[in-house]
Amino acid sequence: MTNRPLPRGVAIVGAGMSKFGAFPDKNGRDLFVEAYKEMRRSVDKGIDPSAIESFYLGNFSSDLFEHQGHTAPLLADAVGLTPIPAARVENACASGATALRQGVMAIASGMVDVVLVGGAEKMTNLPTSDVTDTLATAADVPFEIAAGFTFPGFYAAIATAYMARYEMKPEHLMNVAIKNHDNGALNPNAQFGVSIQKWMEGRIASAITKGKPAPTWGDIWDFLHDDSANPMIAWPLRLFDCSPITDGAAALLLVAEERAKDFTDHPIHIIGSGQASDAALHDRAVLTSLSAAKLAASQAYEMAGVSANDIRIAEVHDCFTIAEVVASEDIGFFAPGEGFKAAEDGMTARTGAKPINTSGGLKAKGHPVGASGVAQVFEIWKQMRGEAGERQVPVDVPLAMTHNVGATGSSCVVHIYERRN
Amino acid sequence: MTEITETVRPFTAASYNQYLAEGKLMASRCTDCGTLHLPPRAICPKCHSENLEWTETSGVGKLAGFTVVSIAPTFMIEQGYGRGNPYVSGIVELEEGVKISARITGVDATKPQEIKVGTPLTVDFITVGEGEKAKTYLAFKAV
Ligand SMILES: [Zn+2]
Repeated sequence: MTNRPLPRGVAIVGAGMSKFGAFPDKNGRDLFVEAYKEMRRSVDKGIDPSAIESFYLGNFSSDLFEHQGHTAPLLADAVGLTPIPAARVENACASGATALRQGVMAIASGMVDVVLVGGAEKMTNLPTSDVTDTLATAADVPFEIAAGFTFPGFYAAIATAYMARYEMKPEHLMNVAIKNHDNGALNPNAQFGVSIQKWMEGRIASAITKGKPAPTWGDIWDFLHDDSANPMIAWPLRLFDCSPITDGAAALLLVAEERAKDFTDHPIHIIGSGQASDAALHDRAVLTSLSAAKLAASQAYEMAGVSANDIRIAEVHDCFTIAEVVASEDIGFFAPGEGFKAAEDGMTARTGAKPINTSGGLKAKGHPVGASGVAQVFEIWKQMRGEAGERQVPVDVPLAMTHNVGATGSSCVVHIYERRN
Repeated sequence: MTEITETVRPFTAASYNQYLAEGKLMASRCTDCGTLHLPPRAICPKCHSENLEWTETSGVGKLAGFTVVSIAPTFMIEQGYGRGNPYVSGIVELEEGVKISARITGVDATKPQEIKVGTPLTVDFITVGEGEKAKTYLAFKAV
């Protein structure tokens, strides 16, 4: 597989996202309008929307979640952009980054100069069992789902294989959840803008208010081991190991590099892009890493001409806590079998040597499937421009990465970003 | 008299499921490069050959990864599984080297910490429903 450099540079000049959460009175379109409006406001020198030439939307399953297909033209129309070309891109949970890559390729090809990339998913209309069934359609249904697997179940199987191969215990995974909730507590757009400590204290206060016996958790480890507070979903993964069901949207404005200065003096350049596919989980040589992720990352590194050592921060696809551990190894931040130790040692904390998911990740920020890969870029945009507020990392971020996975790694898309001034 | 020969079944999920209903876990083998494929494939990804043949697997393997599902999909809830009655799903590595997703039986779903990756398994079949509605699911049983 050849991996050519981009024939023309591409820069991000605007980024926005809706608040993530459960919004009974808003559909996917409404949320995308919010993200688009914030994206417009983020363009330092302003954007005349009539300059936007093409729209790529990441969306997994508006058909099943909202009973609404053909989503891209509807969203383009909602923000006043018809008749530009509008296309929906579906790659399960990697739909967002796949849409971004289409936008990158459209500009790099020379066909267009200004592209809107969006991601949107409205998931909370359905009861949990229907959401589980809808997400399951991203798997190899006749062979994997027939075996009783759910998405938490797949990642749980990865976790058991990882635990058998390395010295990891289920408790190690809790470090990822604690860290991502700590970050989410500093993110005003997060679905769960609260640390696990505060969450536990809230549960205790609520019990006292209701006149019920106060739970006797000594600390958050007690809380996380309590089957009633943190129920098992798919052993060894508990509720706090799983990303939530979320409504949300995000939007990015991409332009040809030579036009970036018309929009901002602080563009973020996309210098590496990689994407790979893979078979179902059972049809892979190893279960403890995602080969599509390793391949996408190596393509992106090669295109960008940088290595894992150069990347200051990454937003990775932590749909489950074990997924972040594996991701941190697949992108080369840590050696195989070392990712869970790095999480335990605080290496991936906001103040650590290799911060991962400063946004709170899918875990705490929320995981509106098709929007997640685009919202990852929103966080990178904020951090690289020094606009991340309370959760700003304490180091300069000239190079960053996003890693977005579809299903159990049947799709993976990795991008590398550079700030040049 | 004309001899009745069974035509080769297509390499589809329907054929695979039909074999399961007959109590066989069938894979496809590439007749050009010899690679065994489970689930069965119609095209060999290793050499891109379209020449494959059905092969019955040994049905003997070991557990490569597993989970105990408490929050179940709808079709398993309809079979009585869920929070109060969890079940085990796993990925089984056959002695031929191929892997497949299957229900895991013969282990205690209430004690997941005692279920071990590497547990020896043999093929089993779970049939749900009767008559035309019967469906057979692949399972592996702890030896
Ligand atoms: Zn072959």
